[in-house]
Amino acid sequence: MDHVVPLLVAIPLAGGFLMPVLGRLTKSHRALAVLPIAMACGLTLIAVALLTRPDETVVYWMGGWKFPIGISLVADGLSKLVVLVIAVISLLTLLFSLEYMTHYTSPGLYYGLFLLMVAGMMGVVVSGDLFNIFVFLEIASIASYALVAYGTESDELEASLKYLVLSAIASTFILIGIAFVYNVTGHLNWAKIAEVIQTGGGLTMPLYVAAAFFLTGFGLKAAMVPFHAWLPDAHPSAPAPISAMLSGVLIKACGVYVLCRLTFSVLGSHQTFGTVLVVLGTLSMVLGALMAIGQADLKRLLAYSSISQVGYVVAAVGAGLVGLALANGSKPLEVASHLAVFGGLFHLMNHAVFKSLLFLCSGSIEQATGTRLMDDLSGLGKRMPVTGWALRVGALAISGVPPFGGFWSKLIIILALTQLAALAHWAFYIPAALAVVTAVITLVYYAKVQRSVLGGEPSDAAEGAREVPAAMCLASIVLAVLCLANALVVLPSVRSRLVDPAVRVLSAGVGSTVESATASADREVRTPAAAQVGANEGMTP
Amino acid sequence: MTLAMVPFMLAFLILVIGLYAIVAKRNLIKVIVGLLMMDYAANLFLVLVGYRSQGHGEAPVAPILVGGVEKVTDMVAKSVDPLPQALILTSIVIGLSVTALVVALAIRLYEKYGTFDTELMRNLKG
Repeated sequence: MDHVVPLLVAIPLAGGFLMPVLGRLTKSHRALAVLPIAMACGLTLIAVALLTRPDETVVYWMGGWKFPIGISLVADGLSKLVVLVIAVISLLTLLFSLEYMTHYTSPGLYYGLFLLMVAGMMGVVVSGDLFNIFVFLEIASIASYALVAYGTESDELEASLKYLVLSAIASTFILIGIAFVYNVTGHLNWAKIAEVIQTGGGLTMPLYVAAAFFLTGFGLKAAMVPFHAWLPDAHPSAPAPISAMLSGVLIKACGVYVLCRLTFSVLGSHQTFGTVLVVLGTLSMVLGALMAIGQADLKRLLAYSSISQVGYVVAAVGAGLVGLALANGSKPLEVASHLAVFGGLFHLMNHAVFKSLLFLCSGSIEQATGTRLMDDLSGLGKRMPVTGWALRVGALAISGVPPFGGFWSKLIIILALTQLAALAHWAFYIPAALAVVTAVITLVYYAKVQRSVLGGEPSDAAEGAREVPAAMCLASIVLAVLCLANALVVLPSVRSRLVDPAVRVLSAGVGSTVESATASADREVRTPAAAQVGANEGMTP
Repeated sequence: MTLAMVPFMLAFLILVIGLYAIVAKRNLIKVIVGLLMMDYAANLFLVLVGYRSQGHGEAPVAPILVGGVEKVTDMVAKSVDPLPQALILTSIVIGLSVTALVVALAIRLYEKYGTFDTELMRNLKG
């Protein structure tokens, strides 16, 4: 089983280099889309196969080299969950691209960059090595800069430039954070880093500095509120399938996932980091929703709403972290913390599905009417029934209306926060109350979207609109069904296969990483890196 | 602050200058230079992390293995840490691709606007 893990990276990476070559041979969009869609199907199958044994941690050592020399790929419960989300959303957005991208040029380059971005995200999620994460992060980011600028009009170029500059600053910060961690621990494999931090002096000053650099860097990548400036420009400017990928998966795989990993499994459950995550998450949640209300551009509204929804995820996971740090053997507090982490990860899954759906619908609408300004759109419900219903389902799911997955994840987050407030600290009532308020605001602005875009008599722009081609409809329908199917995760049988292993990985904290990821490591070989631990105290302040 | 800290402080000074250029400068080319400076500062910092002065005034040697595998421990005892140098090579390549992309964007933007002034490229807001 462990040999399939590198395929998660290798398949899309090979596709990333193959597609531009194939693009030289044929100009047909549909012919070129076959290979990426087949690859995404393969990735989905691998993800499902990995989930058949959800609790097993699969460790693959690249090139057969063991611990100090080799670089590991690790697929544990959390990685497997995110891998599944990436694979499914890529498959459906590629299906949508099949028709949508026909009015853009150079399909070979588009699919090449798309697959490179997928390879980068997969790499981030399965990598067991801090520097490798940085490299894969950059692969995904560089591909996404180019994809944001894909339309090459002045808006797209400006958005891409803004995104690139801020993201490059984030990357530099992350690299400096890695340098600090390497200096203190002498390792890059994060299971070993965690072990050294645990057995050594715990969190020292340089590690707090490193954590600050990481929080800024990954906070920028995840578009948490003080660092969110690039997202509302970059996500709407990209072609619709790319917006769906960026908002649905990229900010989670490259931002939220790495933040969770770092804080829970590497630095250890620690109250400070948890508190920072709760504050940042709550700020993003509220401010993102408030800024979304006034938007006239449909895609821009969706982008602000992404900031708000990712805020829910980060706030919930951060609350779980604080709870675990305070638990100290107290059973009810541990249960509440696990519930918060579960709510966060469940909302991450839900958000990937409904935000991709909403961005794909906005793409269908833009293609059919030529505009995405909500003032110019009305009465589309009659002209485009499939897209209209898909948009309705997505909007209801994201605003947390009962039968859909979004309702359950928000409910669980709010319940967990109130439990933590009762058991740990009254201050948790603040994020809990704000989560309720944000849910109401979300309902309001999505009701506005539904009324102005779908209701009423068709406007001039909507008059000539026709339903989009079958492949685009199919992608929307599947995602709409998934919005509903996600509600099944609350059932114990589904939950224990899909999300619980991920919750266990995070809540086990440092322990699980240490024993799993260096399993079968050969400790005889000593590299300069390993010999260096403690040899360079001279430069740690 | 000891003397050994000075190079680290200087690396951070370069980082801050780069950040200042990105935040404060209007000319796109100067912003790109700022990005490069930040990148180099991070690389320099990594090199400094790999430097080990042995603690008794002896200068470390380059991490090149001479005289076969049995000399590995000798080399490890005397040389600087080779791992950060390997990391920097990767980081430089990444920096190169980001720079190539941002310069391409700058050229396209110049074709659209006829200027490198970022204050004049503000279609997106709200």
